[in-house]
Order: sequence, then structure tokens, then C-alpha cells
Amino acid sequence: MSIFSLFRKQTSAPVARERLQVLLAHERASVGQSDLVAILREEILAVIAKHVEIDDERVSVKMERGEHVTTLEVDIEIPVTVTIRAA
Amino acid sequence: MAKVVVVTSGKGGVGKTTSSAALGAALAQRNEKTVVVDFDVGLRNLDLVMGAERRVVYDLVNVIQGDAKLTQAVIRDKRLDTLYLLPASQTRDKDSLTPEGVERVMNELKEQFDWIICDSPAGIERGATLAMRHADVAVVVTNPEVSSVRDSDRIIGLLDAKTEKAERGERMEKHLLLTRYDPARAERGDMLKVDDVLEILSIPLLGIVPESMDVLKASNIGAPVTLADSRSAPALAYLDAARRLAGETVPMTIPGEKRGIFGKIFGRRAA
Repeated sequence: MSIFSLFRKQTSAPVARERLQVLLAHERASVGQSDLVAILREEILAVIAKHVEIDDERVSVKMERGEHVTTLEVDIEIPVTVTIRAA
Repeated sequence: MAKVVVVTSGKGGVGKTTSSAALGAALAQRNEKTVVVDFDVGLRNLDLVMGAERRVVYDLVNVIQGDAKLTQAVIRDKRLDTLYLLPASQTRDKDSLTPEGVERVMNELKEQFDWIICDSPAGIERGATLAMRHADVAVVVTNPEVSSVRDSDRIIGLLDAKTEKAERGERMEKHLLLTRYDPARAERGDMLKVDDVLEILSIPLLGIVPESMDVLKASNIGAPVTLADSRSAPALAYLDAARRLAGETVPMTIPGEKRGIFGKIFGRRAA
């Protein structure tokens, strides 16, 4: 929030406009393709599961869609007493 | 030659049926033979909005399945000789519409009418895709509200991919009809402005229909807005939109406070 917002009445239409612009830029690029994020999530987890036993409860996947880049954050808890699987 | 227009939106409740009836009547008022076709099989309402609900004998599905001839199913408006309605079925579901059946009916309608207005159901399923399938022109009805704009964007994508015109590699002509617009709220910054929606969807503007009690009044009495009170603000907006659809160049006015009383007086004198 900038200093100017203190003096300006907060209006909602510009927020709506910006949210739509970001959302639609992504949707236009992805409609027709399969869900890239879902595929990445599955494949990343599969690769890790090959080596480490993963508890589904201890996996968090977050996505943040920004105007220019999307970040995918895969957070996997690996316990200290982990059993390394034989490759 | 007949022109097929689909009135579509993706989202429900934005004014597709109201707009189909109003544009259909406005085109018919220009003395061009017009039929409005209800594609919302299972949830028909165009008959009610156009005041013909008690005259429905046969419907679109009956014609598709060969139980009735097109001439038996088409209902002529009692107020306008040039306005017709082809109702949807109330009892069947949207799967009763077949691509071949719809194509046959559309071809038959094209021989008899100047304008065929297809009132699409909400959603992006069979009813909606069949309603747009044979269109030459699309009218995308949008409210200045985030979910409506998003769904319109989706529908624009479908119009460019799933229609006969698109499949032939031709460009589908698309127009934005912004409905339920409140200039005062937009001016205060509490509603998306016309330019915001135009910039986001980037299709040309066909008209701006103001939020108005006259729309509800018209549907209450079962008359298209343009016939109920042709001098009301939404009627003027639809009449102008119909002229633009027919290829005329009409200056775009944003209905609202600035025109206010002055506009009304002017409108009355001109009529």
C-alpha cells in the first residue's frame, strides 16, 4: 500500500480489472492443454518417491500466478529417520 | 441472404434471453423477417419473455426428431408480423439436440428468414456449442463483473475454435454487448468501465445496455424490451445495437446521467 492510498478513496473496479488481466493471460495460454501444474506435481513427486518414502500428508504444493511468471512451490517433508530406497 | 447470429455468454443470468428477444424484435421492427430460436432445451424461457408461452405447441426438438414440421413449430409474434419464435423443449434434455438435426433446421430457417437469432443456454456444453455452431456473427453478452468477463473470454475462445466458420478457417465476427451497466457506479470506480471490459476482451462493442427497471417490466408483461417501451433507455440501446448489427454506423452513447432528462426529451421528439 502506498502513501497515496491514504488520501485516495479505495475503489474496487481497478482491482477487478487487474485480477482479470492476470487470470485471463494464464487461462488463454492454458485452455486446451492439460493442466501443466498437475502434471508437474505428479511427476516431481514420482521422482522423489523413487528414492524417499513420501507421506502424502506432509507434502504441500503451492502455486502463485503472477503477471509474468508462475511459481510452483513443492514442499516435501523428509523425516530424519528416512529410509532411502534402493535404486 | 440469411444471417445467423448467436447470442451467448457462458455465464447464466447476464441477459442472453432478454437480449435475444430485444435484438430480434428490433431487427423485425426494421421490417426484416426475423426468427429467434431458443436453444435452452429443458429450461426454455424465450417463449415467456416474448409473451408466447401459451401458444407453444411444438418445439425445436419436435422438429429435429421429425415429429413436427418447422412451419408448425414456429410461432409468429402477435405484435409484429416479421417476428417469429422457435421455442425450445421443456421436457427433454440437451442431449435431444443432435448436430445433424440442428444443421437441417438451420438450413431450412435460412431459406425463410433474413435473421436467425440463436439464444444460447448458459455453460459451454452441447446446447451452447450447437447454438454457436452455424453462426455468422456472435453477440457476446457480458456484465461489468469479474465472473461474467472471465466466462465471456472462455466463450470467445470457443467461438474461434468450435464453430463451422472457425473450422473452415474463417474469422468469426464477434461483438460485445455490455448489459446491466451502471454509469454512475463505473464513474465512482465501483464497477468495471466500458473501456476496461473492451480492453480485456478485445472485441468490438455492439452496445451498452444500462441497468434498468424497464427490463424487468418488459419481461413481466411478456414483451421484448424494444416493443414494451421503445423510448426507454434499454430499448434505445437495443435498437441502436440492432442497427449496428445490420451494418449501420451509429455513434455509441453511454446511457446514463449525462443524457438524463435531456436525452429522454430528445428521444421522445425523435420517435
